[in-house]
Amino acid sequence: MSLSHLDPRQAVHDEIIAAGEPWLGGLEQGQILRIVDLEGNQAVDTLFYNAHNTEERYSAVDTIRAQGNIYLTTGTPLRSNLGATMLTIVEDTCGRHDTLGGACSAESNTVRYALEKRHMHSCRDNFLLALARHDRGLSKRDLPSNINFFMNVPVSSDGGLQFADGISAAGRYVQLRAQMDVLVLISNCPQLNNPCNAFNPTPIQILIWATG
Amino acid sequence: MSSSFKPDPAGTTAPALPFQPLLWQETLEHGAHWSGIVRRGTSLRITALQAGANVAALLYNYESLLERYNMADTLKSQHTAYLTAGCVCYSDMGRVLCSITADSCGWHDTLCGLSDAAMVSSRFGLSRFQEQRNDCYQNGRDGVLNELGKYGLGKRDLIANINFFTRVAVDEAGALQFDAHHCRAGDYVDLRFEMHTLLVLSTCQHPLDPDKHYRPRSVRLQAWVSGPAPQRDSCRDRCRENERGFRNTEMMFLA
Repeated sequence: MSLSHLDPRQAVHDEIIAAGEPWLGGLEQGQILRIVDLEGNQAVDTLFYNAHNTEERYSAVDTIRAQGNIYLTTGTPLRSNLGATMLTIVEDTCGRHDTLGGACSAESNTVRYALEKRHMHSCRDNFLLALARHDRGLSKRDLPSNINFFMNVPVSSDGGLQFADGISAAGRYVQLRAQMDVLVLISNCPQLNNPCNAFNPTPIQILIWATG
Repeated sequence: MSSSFKPDPAGTTAPALPFQPLLWQETLEHGAHWSGIVRRGTSLRITALQAGANVAALLYNYESLLERYNMADTLKSQHTAYLTAGCVCYSDMGRVLCSITADSCGWHDTLCGLSDAAMVSSRFGLSRFQEQRNDCYQNGRDGVLNELGKYGLGKRDLIANINFFTRVAVDEAGALQFDAHHCRAGDYVDLRFEMHTLLVLSTCQHPLDPDKHYRPRSVRLQAWVSGPAPQRDSCRDRCRENERGFRNTEMMFLA
């Protein structure tokens, strides 16, 4: 159900990320990143860093406040902790994306589900391992609240919050234009304890075009 | 929340503290930034001295500054998009930094972040120290960066913060709704610290405060010895998640 004029055969990068795996890559200013939910209802935990100054990074609260809305979709500028627009969502066939739910971790799994869930694979483990392998001095200190593409975390007017069944489907995608050179850190979420992945983590596709 | 949470609107004094004596108290001026170490077992009351106060708060485990308040884990573990009495503030390590044991205003924001210099100057104009001395305009981000720097922390440590006394609801379309009449003079919130915590505060206006004037408000801080959460406790008993969060926290303090 692609709406985009971009041809996958023209992409400069085309990669499948298996369920539960991390991915760290770069985008140059002006490049287009598409993340495809290949099989539907897969949460894609994502962070962005200014490639030339990683102290500047995606900020959920700055993004929410700047657009006056908690959901991310077409037109949303993704803001940094220093107030700059890092990327803009230029196309979204899913409808909306979460940035309140954060990343799952071994420790939060013990709180949310049960102490014996601690050993289960988690997004924060993916993030930490990808940053450790990257060897650029990034660490747990560099893991602020992230985006969860394709994840559905509705908030009610009386302040209730829940992880709900997904609103995504196979083949839906989100497309972003980089407004600065950025590092992209992804965890293709391995969570098995809530409906963020429909209890069945699946692969995603990453496509990058040199220009939109 | 129910208006029954409100104190007497004519009153400007919060009710007596549940325990005495005070360890310390001080007034935090409007637009000020502050930091301090609050030990496990200490409670802190923050009282709005004028209506419309906002207190931005960032929390770190003082024994391991890499462990810090986590907005997402706090909200999803308690199935809430705001904070009030009965809620706890989770770190990113599945532990409780502090519990909210009392709250007269019923809603505290943690979705909207801090004001910054560009926002303040574009809305209120330029106000420099050179002309205005200590009445010059302050902003939340610079204030907390100033405090964080005292502990070797900086921009990498700008976490999603709490904004005490501010209510920002979310409508069905996800749009933010700032409540300009939420905080009354005398409103208070009590925080019971469950681990040794580096607490960073700013009394700058909330970044969504639509007030046309630069008008931050002052608050009072009062600390007393309360002890950490007892075995029967409204925060611990709020949900099974919090029971496990306290278990994780208490493991850290076993001799």
